[in-house]
Amino acid sequence: MLGRRQKQEKWMLLAPAMFVLALITMVPLANTLWLSFTDTRITAIAAPVHFIGLENYIYALTDPDFQAALYRTLYFTIVSVGLEGVLGIAVAVLLNQPFRGRLVLRALIILPWAVPTIVNAVAWRLIYQPDYGALNSLLYQLGLISDYRSWIGDPSTAMNMVILADVWKNFPLVAYVALAALQTVPDDLLKAAAIEGASPWKRFRSITLPWIAGPLLVVMVLRTIEAFRVFDIIYVMTSGGPADSTKTASFFIYQEYFNYLRSGSGASYAVLVAGISAVLILVYYSAAKRQAAGGTA
Amino acid sequence: MRRSLLQSVLVYLCALMLAVFTAGPLLWLAVMSVSMPTDLTEVPLRWIPSDLDFSRYGALLDVADGSGRHFLSALRNSILTAGGATAIALLVAIPAAYSFSRRKASMVLLFAFLATIMMPPITYILPLYSAFSSLGLLNKTVTLVIVYAAMLLPFAIWLMKANIDVLPVEVEQAALMEGASTAFTLRKVVLPLALPAIAATAMLSFLVAWDEFFYALIFTNDLSAKTLPVAIADFAAGRVTDYGVIASVGVMATLPPAILAIAFQKFIVSGLVAGSVKG
Repeated sequence: MLGRRQKQEKWMLLAPAMFVLALITMVPLANTLWLSFTDTRITAIAAPVHFIGLENYIYALTDPDFQAALYRTLYFTIVSVGLEGVLGIAVAVLLNQPFRGRLVLRALIILPWAVPTIVNAVAWRLIYQPDYGALNSLLYQLGLISDYRSWIGDPSTAMNMVILADVWKNFPLVAYVALAALQTVPDDLLKAAAIEGASPWKRFRSITLPWIAGPLLVVMVLRTIEAFRVFDIIYVMTSGGPADSTKTASFFIYQEYFNYLRSGSGASYAVLVAGISAVLILVYYSAAKRQAAGGTA
Repeated sequence: MRRSLLQSVLVYLCALMLAVFTAGPLLWLAVMSVSMPTDLTEVPLRWIPSDLDFSRYGALLDVADGSGRHFLSALRNSILTAGGATAIALLVAIPAAYSFSRRKASMVLLFAFLATIMMPPITYILPLYSAFSSLGLLNKTVTLVIVYAAMLLPFAIWLMKANIDVLPVEVEQAALMEGASTAFTLRKVVLPLALPAIAATAMLSFLVAWDEFFYALIFTNDLSAKTLPVAIADFAAGRVTDYGVIASVGVMATLPPAILAIAFQKFIVSGLVAGSVKG
């Protein structure tokens, strides 16, 4: 039991952290919420601000441009995280096999994780460069394309190219989590199944995969939360273009704020995005909690 | 289980593909940074440089050079920002972590802390921008330090709490019985034992701050506060005709985190795995 002095201390020890977080996150969140009900604009001279109720939300929810941006964000998130999951598992299964150079390879794949997000974006932009880029040259020399292409200058390929760059940077995290989980799969179980005549694929499907599903789910939900707020890589690689084909929700709101200076309207989009994120965060906690409680499914 | 020859070949083939996929882009970035400018504009490309050209690194490290001044001030700002934020985050996180671990502060509160930084920064950006603007705090390193400290705080608390949880509680209790204050116990008993955990937390925090772009983009606008990620985005967006310059800045910005990541691989990987799975 805690004494009274200790109960007081409990809060005193927490106070600085609560103060910092309130100041930098809670107050701005409340402020954004307030702004979303107003017609505030970013102006050099203070202009009168009107409370306009749900008007921004009614506009936002029927705005086809915002819907398109949300749809693109969804596409980016699902494809990125999906590929990271598949690649992550495949890499983990590979690194769980004994072979020469295994430890070196396991160390090597931390590098994409360590590369700063912006450097990753810049590097891939150079690789995709339409006139002198490495991807064009490589595919041309392999005979796979006959003409150089504008990979991120073409609306039909731009988003997938950004996704490839994002997957390269983020698959290591999933791979490390999957590998850590794989190393806890009991060998006896796999051996017994092999003796019973189960094929490798069957053993993987019905023993390995369910065993690692818990931690894998948690890390993929975490990646989903991160991918959903994607901004940096888009800003550097495509600035939302070409023809808005990579304009995701965060980038859309960024423009609403800092290009069009409509802070009230922008705030309503931001609140909507925050709401979706809040749902994802709740999913994350319930998945993480179940995982901590020792569930494997 | 023994593998057949075919299976072995398959394993090595996959390993090779993974190595190429992982190292390829980085290797190419490094090669670009030391290629002759004309090699980089050949069609198709000259993959092996005709001659090595290290002059771009020389220019980047030279204050008298235009790009060098940009790079060096961004490097200084990044070190100050990430270092300052890490120090403040730890200073605030350790007592909080102790409260969660030993004073039974509610875990719901810790989850709420973590939730605040999992939200998209776009939700916080405008009010912060307005506030810093009216306080005259835009384009200042100290502003980024405060924002980054808040951003690092929840994860630092969580990591420190997990580590304090496994420390033996008996010594602390003995110290408290003897009449030592909590502050004294924290400083003299807990901190020395938690030193490895503090180092690991500090390193991960530093790397996260080193990587941050969005807040830095909005809150800074010139050499006095711009960090490396913003400077690199500038380099890439600017009218640089030599792609090797952009590549060399990228290599320089990658070196510190890459060296840390390789050197402390075990530390980092276990921190990452625990951090992302155990919630």
